[in-house]
Amino acid sequence: MRKSWWKIVCVILLVYTVVGGFLFSVPAREILHESIRNLYFHVCMWFGMMILFTTSLVYAVRYLRFQRLQDDIYSVNFAKTGIVFGLLGYATGIVWASYTWTEYASSTQIFTEPKLLGAAIAILVYLAYFVLRGSLTDIDKRAKVSAVYSIFAYVMLFPSIWILPRLLDSLHPGKEGNPALNFNDLDGRLRMVFYPAIIGWTLLGVWIATLKIRLDSLKEKNLLHG
Amino acid sequence: MNSAKYILTLVKKEFLLELRQQFSFYGIVLYVIATIFVLYLAMGQPEPAVWNGLFWMIQLFVCVNAVAKSFLSESKGRMLYFYSIAGSKDFIISKLLFSALFMVAMSLISWLLFSVLLGNPVISAGKFLGINLLGGISLSLVFTFLSAIAARAQQNAVLMVIMGFPIIIPQLMLLMRISNIVFGSVVQGSLLQVILLLVALDCLVVVLSIILFPFLWKD
Repeated sequence: MRKSWWKIVCVILLVYTVVGGFLFSVPAREILHESIRNLYFHVCMWFGMMILFTTSLVYAVRYLRFQRLQDDIYSVNFAKTGIVFGLLGYATGIVWASYTWTEYASSTQIFTEPKLLGAAIAILVYLAYFVLRGSLTDIDKRAKVSAVYSIFAYVMLFPSIWILPRLLDSLHPGKEGNPALNFNDLDGRLRMVFYPAIIGWTLLGVWIATLKIRLDSLKEKNLLHG
Repeated sequence: MNSAKYILTLVKKEFLLELRQQFSFYGIVLYVIATIFVLYLAMGQPEPAVWNGLFWMIQLFVCVNAVAKSFLSESKGRMLYFYSIAGSKDFIISKLLFSALFMVAMSLISWLLFSVLLGNPVISAGKFLGINLLGGISLSLVFTFLSAIAARAQQNAVLMVIMGFPIIIPQLMLLMRISNIVFGSVVQGSLLQVILLLVALDCLVVVLSIILFPFLWKD
């Protein structure tokens, strides 16, 4: 019970998100209309992805500092879960765009959208990270080299995800400043579900990652403690 | 002061190696000539927008080929030798410096070939020269460090491409964007902002390389 309270919080928050997300009243906005409810799912996926990738980075740095294999297992599994969240973010984004963009924008405009590009770069970088890991057989070397690459890639990712969309023209909301924390766009009714939703989805991501970490730690038991 | 001396010596050593083994330099030059000639056969004299896109794509591939050898060609024994005589910081800085110079030379050569074969839509040559220098340096810095990583993974050059392309996309997009000004078209947004961003990214790569390289270096 002492260790599982956050899992209970996660379940409660997600039930609240789904029920509240579909049933509570939302502000009527042009073009968006009822599709604004996707805010509770689509935006939260990107939040989750960022947080998971950042956690992965922290463990990569820890690995380089202390050279403990456990940190490498943490780092790689947080990255894996981050990719899943990124793909889900795309999936929910497709649903949203198909209702709001397709009538007003051409397909080239959608495919060269800076935010989509930034997210694609992020996912490609982490897929490359797994290719790099796959090409190394020695465990310590693999952990070290992939930690170096993930730190390098993460730091280079900042401009593509956070600066570029603000420099280029975009269909996507949130060009000026941070979309999620913009108090003009976010109605009080939206915020009441949105913030718990972010916490709930992120906790779910951490939960999935910890399960995978425990599985991997069991597999590598001999190496970790032998 | 001492460190600067080491770096200079190491860069001089790279130049000497290049002079003694000229096949690699001419090999890259030949690669540039052959690719641009094939492009000429395929495209003739394209419009400025196409010219710009082709130019930067060729820069990317030249960079991958030219810079790959900076670490991939070093044998294990030689790395051990460098390890015993030089600090990791001096070593990586000298490598970055040399490949930046090398890449700048290559991009000037390819600009020359482009203007001979595919026409020269560049109106303000001075500005394009500046963008060319910036672009060459940006590309070479990123790929030099990635080649150091790839060298640890069984000298795998393909891996360098897989790791590098996603990372280089933003820089390449910014470069293509600002090079539109030399064709006489108007660029949206502030030019200075983009240039500063590119310079900042270059500094970031150098700092990251200095911090992270020692981990790759030790076995």
